[in-house]
Amino acid sequence: MTIPVASPKTLRDAYAVLSERPPGLRVLAGGTDLMVAINARVGLDQIGHVLDVWRVDELRGVSVTDGVLSLGALTTYTEMMRSKAVREHLPALALVSHEVGAWAIQNRGTLGGNVCNASPAGDTLPLLLASEARFVLGGSRGERRVPADQFFLSYRKTALAADELLLRVEVPLGGRLVYRKVGTRRAQSVSRTLVAVRKNGAAVRIAAGCVAPIPLRCRNAEAAAEQGSDVRAALAKDIAPIDDVRATAVYRSRVTGNVLLRLLEGLAA
Amino acid sequence: MKLTVNGVSREVEVAPLKRLLDLLREDLELTGTKEGCGEGECGACSVLIDGELVNSCLVAACQVEGAQVLTIEGVAANGQLTALQRIFVERGGSQCGICTPGMIVAAHRFLRSGQQATNEKVREAIAGNLCRCTGYAKIVEAIQLAALEEPASPDPESQR
Repeated sequence: MTIPVASPKTLRDAYAVLSERPPGLRVLAGGTDLMVAINARVGLDQIGHVLDVWRVDELRGVSVTDGVLSLGALTTYTEMMRSKAVREHLPALALVSHEVGAWAIQNRGTLGGNVCNASPAGDTLPLLLASEARFVLGGSRGERRVPADQFFLSYRKTALAADELLLRVEVPLGGRLVYRKVGTRRAQSVSRTLVAVRKNGAAVRIAAGCVAPIPLRCRNAEAAAEQGSDVRAALAKDIAPIDDVRATAVYRSRVTGNVLLRLLEGLAA
Repeated sequence: MKLTVNGVSREVEVAPLKRLLDLLREDLELTGTKEGCGEGECGACSVLIDGELVNSCLVAACQVEGAQVLTIEGVAANGQLTALQRIFVERGGSQCGICTPGMIVAAHRFLRSGQQATNEKVREAIAGNLCRCTGYAKIVEAIQLAALEEPASPDPESQR
């Protein structure tokens, strides 16, 4: 059976497809997640239609306006690595892009895909959470902004409505953002844990990946870091890691704590 | 749909989600591009789309309409092996051969990136291309020797 595909070139045409709410619609961007599932025939019977947005140029582009870095949903990892604006204003995002897959994945995988795929192991997501980024969602009903920490609802479930697309990610600039990814090797590996910290004056924002069903803001750890109390104990209240093929829960708890403490030390120095 | 493969304009009739890998192998009978994992991990199916390295197993046919695709068959212009290919042969950069087409395409792209062919840079460029014979030392050596014969042209757009 052939899955019907729409490949619009404008946002307006994409919205028209979404408005019809075809059953089982999936959005295709760079294909580095969805094509893997299609090739493996995982959940294939639940894919009724595919909306291929790769040619919707309105979803591309990186700019900085009034202290906000705006990244189109189709911005690839390679584009984030090469973008002067990203490298200058949010270097951590350029660096983490370097650690996603390898060249071929970086050329196709997109920031919007990472957000909407909503994997707890999505490498950019802790950085966006710690930065208090906003996701701009759009559809024929209009646009709305959802803060990153309200977007990830449960495992792979997001606040995106059936007739909406992610248009762009807005990152308020300020302070210093650092992160550390721990994988099995430097390239082409899914994270075992990834921690991001942003320090802006006295305010500390902390987020982690692979330690809960969703990419997670770690509010207890944030409060502890700001008050100078036991960060590792506070972090344990935030995270709920599991055992899986990549690491055990015990390993993830310990390493996530170690990495967080080291990042905080680095920011204090 | 139309696309250009190895400089030749082609027209194919395919399902929109057919993988570029299958389009190349089945519809265009360009079987040099291999399938390894089928999930973007191994790089055996590497080709260039508009000059950029991709895993052809993860690219849907509907996304290559009008694109310029380069496969392993198009690397040797006019049947003349590139320095990279010749040195791969001479230095034993190929063992069982499954990774070789993808490895050559990735290395071919690297040699046009304007980067210095240091051990680290070469290894990073082929990090997405797995060799199950683990012949990496000879592969890296072949790419570095090729870089001496094909000096990198500075291309700021390709900087990483």
